[in-house]
Amino acid sequence: MPELYHYLQQLVNGLTVGSTYALIAIGYTMVYGIIGMINFAHGEVYMIASYVAFIAIAGLSMLGLDHLPLLMAAAFAASIVVASAYGYSIERLAYRPLRGGNRLIPLISAIGMSIFLQNEVLLAQDSRDKAIPSLLPGNLVIGESAMHGVVISWTQILIFAVILLVMLGLTLFISRSRLGRACRACAEDLKMAGLLGIDTHRIIALTFVIGAVLAAVAAVLLGLQYGVINPQMGFLAGIKAFTAAVLGGIGSIPGAMLGGLLLGVAEAFGADLFGDAYKDVVAFSLLVLVLLLRPTGILGRPEVEKV
Amino acid sequence: MLTFDNVSTCYGKIQALHGVSLEVREGEIVTLIGANGAGKSTLLMTLCGTPRASAGSIRYRGEELVGQDTAAIMRKGIAVVPEGRRIFARLTVEENLAMGGFFASREEVEARLERVLALFPRLAERYAQRGGTLSGGEQQMLAIGRALMSRPRLLLLDEPSLGLAPLVIRQIFAILEQLREEGVTVFVVEQNANQALKLADRGYVLENGRIVMHGSGEELLGDARVCEAYLGG
Repeated sequence: MPELYHYLQQLVNGLTVGSTYALIAIGYTMVYGIIGMINFAHGEVYMIASYVAFIAIAGLSMLGLDHLPLLMAAAFAASIVVASAYGYSIERLAYRPLRGGNRLIPLISAIGMSIFLQNEVLLAQDSRDKAIPSLLPGNLVIGESAMHGVVISWTQILIFAVILLVMLGLTLFISRSRLGRACRACAEDLKMAGLLGIDTHRIIALTFVIGAVLAAVAAVLLGLQYGVINPQMGFLAGIKAFTAAVLGGIGSIPGAMLGGLLLGVAEAFGADLFGDAYKDVVAFSLLVLVLLLRPTGILGRPEVEKV
Repeated sequence: MLTFDNVSTCYGKIQALHGVSLEVREGEIVTLIGANGAGKSTLLMTLCGTPRASAGSIRYRGEELVGQDTAAIMRKGIAVVPEGRRIFARLTVEENLAMGGFFASREEVEARLERVLALFPRLAERYAQRGGTLSGGEQQMLAIGRALMSRPRLLLLDEPSLGLAPLVIRQIFAILEQLREEGVTVFVVEQNANQALKLADRGYVLENGRIVMHGSGEELLGDARVCEAYLGG
């Protein structure tokens, strides 16, 4: 039994991290699906959202308003609003003016945007780690005891619940709503969508904003889980989520979800097997393997000629 | 309703249209015929705003279109069935049609859906299928149906007969005639000159980016040069 508990524990931990990767990965995959480009500043949006959550929680606590649901709601609301504004601005400043030109140009402007945003936070908040207090202490133990069982923290349960809701909402939005349908139509044929009178700039901006909102949700949740944030964190989180998106098949939303979960679990078991230091090695080896063996990813489709 | 006045269009340094002037009047079917590479599709797309005309003026119901955004132009009661149909292959037939009526209210969409499905009963049979699974003829019907979902005053079609069986072509041309009776103005670009000229009130002939001839459908059908060049002698 202890063996089994141990693996189950790794699975739970892997799924926790993986589900947040999935959330960030959706931002990459949606933007790629519609304009065929990677939003290199996406990781920075995640990092900024973490700072906003930190400021909201710290600020309210200092005012003595440390009612738990209030703190949570404030952290989510503030980081979602600010991240959306950043997502929209990134599209407006780094992508839209360059639309129609060479595809390498927006790539460079997005990297520039990423550097700018990182330094903005570095200057405003300095480079030291900041700590987000764990708002939800306590664990749920499944099994006889913490030593002989699976420990799931309340924060982890919150992460699962919130992400499940968000993904359900997103799936319904994309598959059922009028705007979601327009997103899918634009992802398939942007020019034709324009010929139907649809303002494609707005739909593209919408995908950046949706991505930013999901990144903000992930930022708050991971902030509560890990408790430590710094201005460099966007890079690694971004590249991990990007790996997840490629793993699942870039351009595919279910792919990003699946890729995130797989990556998280692979990392958890990799760290267990080879030691914590090899966590990232496992993740990126997976990326290399996927690119070698199945470049379109698990659920990605090969580029087909349009009929 | 629509006038081209001395319109030129360039792709980089290559000029595709050289000072084209033509007119489409309310309630007419007008056809533009020409060989491959004459600039027919370019002319149609210039009207839609991509690419932009480099010179000249395009007026629609008294309003200048040159310089306006494609999306803005296409919200003025103009709808297009583009070259290659460009239906959304991963969207269902229903969703494709709904995209055509994007700016209409839910009730309007319902009413228009009913009308389009009455015109193309075939689409009703394929309602929940993905667009990509339809046959060529069905895709063309879907593309026309999608265009009609916006209740256009002016319907533009780019080679609707291309690659289709004669029976389907006849069906589609019959529907264009029906639309004219309902008051829709139709501007159709065709290589299939014979069919198009029989249907059209007036026609223009485009050659190397210039209008070289125009007249009523019958006049052009009877013209020796048109016969030789476009009707196979």
